Amino acid sequence: MSTTFKIQESHIKTIHDICDSFNNDPGELINVLHKCQGEFGYLPEDVQREIASKMKISVAKVYGVVSFYSFFTMTPKGRHAISVCMGTACYVRGAEKVVDEFKSQLSIKVGGVTEDGKFSLDCLRCVGACGLAPVVLIGEKVYGRVEPHQVKDILAEYND
Amino acid sequence: MEKINLTIDNINVEVDKGTTIYKAAKKAGIDIPVLCYLNLEHLNIENRPGGCRICVVEVEGRKNLAPSCSTECTQGMVVKTHTLRVLNARKTVLELILSDHPAACLTCSSSGQCDLQDLSQKMGIREIHAVENAKVSTYRKDASPALNRDMDKCIMCRRCETICNDVQTVGALSGINRGFMSVVAPAFEQDLEDSPCTFCGQCVAVCPTGALTPFDDTNRVIRALADPKKTVIVQTAPAVRAALGEEFGMEPGTLVTGKMVAALRTLGFDKVFDTDFAADLTIMEEGTELLGRLTKFLAGDKDVKLPILTSCCPAWVNFFEHNYTDMLDVPSTARSPQQMFGAIAKTYFADMMKVKREDLVVVSVMPCLAKKYECERDEFKVDGNPDVDYSISTRELARLIKAANINFKALPDEDYDNPMGESTGAGVIFGVTGGVIEAAVRTAYELHTGKKLQKIDFEELRGLEGIRMATIDFDGIPINIGIAHQLGNARKLLDGIRSGMYNFHAIEIMACPGGCIGGAGQPLHHGDSNIIRARFDAIYREDAGKPIRKSHENPYIVKLYEEFLGHPMSEKAHHLLHTHYFEKHKI
Repeated sequence: MSTTFKIQESHIKTIHDICDSFNNDPGELINVLHKCQGEFGYLPEDVQREIASKMKISVAKVYGVVSFYSFFTMTPKGRHAISVCMGTACYVRGAEKVVDEFKSQLSIKVGGVTEDGKFSLDCLRCVGACGLAPVVLIGEKVYGRVEPHQVKDILAEYND
Repeated sequence: MEKINLTIDNINVEVDKGTTIYKAAKKAGIDIPVLCYLNLEHLNIENRPGGCRICVVEVEGRKNLAPSCSTECTQGMVVKTHTLRVLNARKTVLELILSDHPAACLTCSSSGQCDLQDLSQKMGIREIHAVENAKVSTYRKDASPALNRDMDKCIMCRRCETICNDVQTVGALSGINRGFMSVVAPAFEQDLEDSPCTFCGQCVAVCPTGALTPFDDTNRVIRALADPKKTVIVQTAPAVRAALGEEFGMEPGTLVTGKMVAALRTLGFDKVFDTDFAADLTIMEEGTELLGRLTKFLAGDKDVKLPILTSCCPAWVNFFEHNYTDMLDVPSTARSPQQMFGAIAKTYFADMMKVKREDLVVVSVMPCLAKKYECERDEFKVDGNPDVDYSISTRELARLIKAANINFKALPDEDYDNPMGESTGAGVIFGVTGGVIEAAVRTAYELHTGKKLQKIDFEELRGLEGIRMATIDFDGIPINIGIAHQLGNARKLLDGIRSGMYNFHAIEIMACPGGCIGGAGQPLHHGDSNIIRARFDAIYREDAGKPIRKSHENPYIVKLYEEFLGHPMSEKAHHLLHTHYFEKHKI
């Protein structure tokens, strides 16, 4: 999958609408970025440029915020974003082995996307479901008490 | 204003409410060390992130130490600035900063001028504990034609970020990433050349370490001087003579014109010329252009572009090429004095000397880093050969002089060579905010009215306020003039024009604080704006001492037009002395 993002007229309108909904207030930059990431899945350079020009702030400032918060990402996510919880509880119950299994099944690193753009793999901190540790999220769906040998079957559920 | 009384190191101090401990201490004659804090009082520039914690002091009754740069004085406060606790805390803070800083002082180009190094010496740091096996954070390096970024040496004081965003409103730099990876960089960590950077270099002027440094052209100059096939000539910008002496321990504001000429001759330059000569030439062209536009305007031409904007400052040119792409036909088309000098040197002077263009090397000594970028612009080259080959800064010249074992202070005063060394007081004041427009007014007034000026000094155009406005009476016609220095002020002025708030005929803009005297190639001011003030006074002293003070009376300028150019704005002048501007896309 190509990682270069070409901005289209429709994207520009989406970005402008989001900026306008926050009155183009530079103090709302984080909210604007949050919404835009929700819209595009990630925040490519062109999106950041458009936000900066619309909100009349420098691109460097926008990038400063994007690069500061680990929530924001400049790499595209797969259609099914896999997040493995690496919070304390999940970690001690073997989350690392689960991550390793995803890595080997998908042949990607943490933060990467499969070539067909189907899956992306990330780690995150505590999702607040420690009783189910280790926890894996795929899209909005939560998998609890995941063991490495289940990974293959979990992935097989997504045969779109 | 409510007064606050406090004692600092047992000295009673009275200050206005709201004053910080740091400023109160300064008033009492106590210099608390700082690193991230920066205050250029005359210029209204302050950086106060309160981040480095070097300036901590002990306040009686307060549990923790207080950062003096950002703690306000309170009634009856008792402050100690050098207790054992304070000194130990400062030392620890400094050691922690140094633990993530390369120990490269021997080869660092900022060595000897570095605030961090200076502080380490003052604090007696002899070893950095517990970091022997630690890795120093590294970042990608970036070299532009004007300045180098080596962020391994950055201490995150964020002075550059404040200057770039709040003072200059350029917005090329921002703090990015977090933790040990945090650094000040352009968007997406691109090269400065791909960013909206104007190369004003003010980030370099305030950097307390060697993270931001000028691009060094001295070796190229030395090689050219050593080449027997080359005729090497040099031009010196007006602001250099008012600051160069500082590099040799002389008082700020000492004029060293004669010694500088002598030093350049000793270095081996075949001719020592003055950019002031080209400044006079600029006035002839720009003044004529202004009068031309004014005459059309007064005759009722609605399409004429007014106000005319000066175009001598290369950082300002870069700034409007980035930010005012709808106004590219508004600035004067006159090239900067540096480039006018180069164009005349490689035609008129080369012919006179019977030297081939490619065998003539033109070096400029500038208070500026953007000039390095300017002389590399394609429009100032003929078949790839630049009009100005190398531009070195005031600091680089000082280094050349020191490397050549020249005892600068002991040099006799010498005069510039002719023909391109003769200049007027009008050329000299190009080095200071308000100077270009005053020089233009001196000439435009006389050419327009046909009368002699009764008073040559236009005090109403002088000063260090960021934005100034004045109306000059051109024999019954009021000419409205605007002046701005620092790009943020320029932006305010230009936005005011766009919105119809102002009605000016002419505007002068310089990118650096105080004009070229505060340029990024000048000796570092280390946060003391009195130094810039002293250079300001020196420039006007040099002007007042000149026998000729109006550009159109420079005999060699008159001769240049008679023998070569014809008249101002002639076809030849257009070809050699004017330029056009390009739209630069923001990243």
